[in-house]
Amino acid sequence: MAFVQNFPFFCIILTLFSGPLSSILSGKAARRLNLMVITLVGAMNTAVLAFVLKNGTYYVYKMGHFPAPWGNEIRVGVLEAVMAVFFCLIMLLSMLGGMREREQEIEESKQNLYYIMVNLLLSSLLALVYTNDLFTAYVFVEINTISACGLIMIKQNGRTIVAATRYMIMSLLGSGMLLLGICFLYGITGQLLMSNIQESVSKIHLSGVYDTPLIVALGLMSVGLAVKSALFPFHGWLPDAYGYSTVSSAAILSSLVSKGYIFLLLKIFYRVVGFGIVRESKVIHVLFVFGILGMIIGSVDAIRANSIRRMIAYSSVAQIGYIYMGFGLGTTAGVLASVFHIISHAAAKSLLFVSASGITDASGDSTDFFDLTGAGYRNKVAGVAFTAGALSMVGFPMFSGFISKIMFAQAAVGHAHKMLPTLIALAISTILNTVYFLKTVIRIYTPARREEAKEKQYQTITMRQQPAKAAALICFIILNLILGLFSQPIVNWLEQGLRMFA
Amino acid sequence: MNVTSLIQNNYEEAIAMILFGIGFSNLLLQQNLIKKIIGLNIMDTAMYLFLALKGYISGRKAPIVVNGVQKVTAYINPIPAGLVLTGIVVSVSVTALMLSLTIRLYRRYHTLNLDEITTQLEKEGL
Repeated sequence: MAFVQNFPFFCIILTLFSGPLSSILSGKAARRLNLMVITLVGAMNTAVLAFVLKNGTYYVYKMGHFPAPWGNEIRVGVLEAVMAVFFCLIMLLSMLGGMREREQEIEESKQNLYYIMVNLLLSSLLALVYTNDLFTAYVFVEINTISACGLIMIKQNGRTIVAATRYMIMSLLGSGMLLLGICFLYGITGQLLMSNIQESVSKIHLSGVYDTPLIVALGLMSVGLAVKSALFPFHGWLPDAYGYSTVSSAAILSSLVSKGYIFLLLKIFYRVVGFGIVRESKVIHVLFVFGILGMIIGSVDAIRANSIRRMIAYSSVAQIGYIYMGFGLGTTAGVLASVFHIISHAAAKSLLFVSASGITDASGDSTDFFDLTGAGYRNKVAGVAFTAGALSMVGFPMFSGFISKIMFAQAAVGHAHKMLPTLIALAISTILNTVYFLKTVIRIYTPARREEAKEKQYQTITMRQQPAKAAALICFIILNLILGLFSQPIVNWLEQGLRMFA
Repeated sequence: MNVTSLIQNNYEEAIAMILFGIGFSNLLLQQNLIKKIIGLNIMDTAMYLFLALKGYISGRKAPIVVNGVQKVTAYINPIPAGLVLTGIVVSVSVTALMLSLTIRLYRRYHTLNLDEITTQLEKEGL
């Protein structure tokens, strides 16, 4: 066994232990430790990715060397490694981008607590990505929820506490359903490792004895994870949670936390139940319908939102809808498009949140649209970055959003029943996206009148004043451009990963 | 198999599911935060009941080894018990977190009703 094969386990343990370690460090030291850990984990995951790409196949890592039905396993393929690398990268950039806000908005004595949450969150995300055990996945889903709640409520005001409470309530309902689904599945298969469950499930499906419990379990797990990742009718907690928390939290929550749950759902579809059975069931039609509704209603809500942060938050609802619509198509091409969209949306949405904070900084900390007039001139990097993110979201060629939209459209073409609704929904959603994003871009590039500028305490922010944020924004823009311009190798990796995922 | 005989044969499971439903709807629909948390606990406990039932095989004993190991058929399945333990740990930490959030909200708004808190928030206009 190559030494590299230990790295996924090292990553999970390292992040898990750096959490408690942060509790005895000062805020500054905890921040340094956190940045170091994320960088190190990202490097290790890149090595793992190189290893699985070279081998061309997945490998199974037995925890404690216990053989299959008893021991706990980590299973690493290309898809998992790509996701882990992206998660680390986006988390690192989001942490860099929101550094100054964190220092202002979080009490001095609670700075290090924030990094405990971030470390635990990264650990649980990595565990969700790599684990091959359904119950372990459930436990890490809960750790993920708790640390995400901590990220929301660390900024102390009424809004964030209420948002955190609502988030917890919805998440607990979701994890209740997920756990019940897992219990059902355990009841009919008697297995907890994903690959073993799939063996039993395919036998059960052939015999046809437990078809109803199987579908109920699948439905419960899908709906549970859909609730947790804020699919359309369950998104009530989302605008407040993303709109009022500190900027790193908003970026991490929207681009990573919800994606972790979606990745687990993908794993359940492919590795636990088997995509053949999922396709036959009606669960994917439900996901498809709510995905499409989310795409449109999320965008309409975003147009009506009165602050830039809430607008970006509602846009997340629409983008989560895209991902579920791709699952709902029930074809490999659709799922591939969804997986690419997970990455592309994560890159674009965290860019938007960080750049929006730069824009509001230059506008006297107001998030109201009217106060943002001319902000693109006052904070040039943030203005350019916001424009890039908006173009990516809208689906402008050269940016990552374009590639995911075209992949969705290609996946839909030729589908017997779902082609027309998908294409229409894509078109409508794109137009609505354009309306609210370009409205904001035009607003920040409309010069403000001089009297107004004085009255509203506008200030110019140069790159030197906020070097970390400027660097993070530039990296985000480059990441979006790379995903848009050189998408083919990444899509090939994802395709290869999806083949070895089942 | 009709519904009555199905429930008669599996009445423990039926009870677990009814309890789950009670807990779930309380967590979803109650406005009082403490009642919500009680709902959460009922929901989780119902799940443990269900899991424990899945592991129990009638006529067998708990797998605690005294007087040497007997045949495999002498013991019940211990894995669900382990799952229940894990579930309890998760449930305790989540309940603690929810209670602490409730305390925060009560100190700030002097009410436990989530609707009233939302109205007060809108008045604050933050």
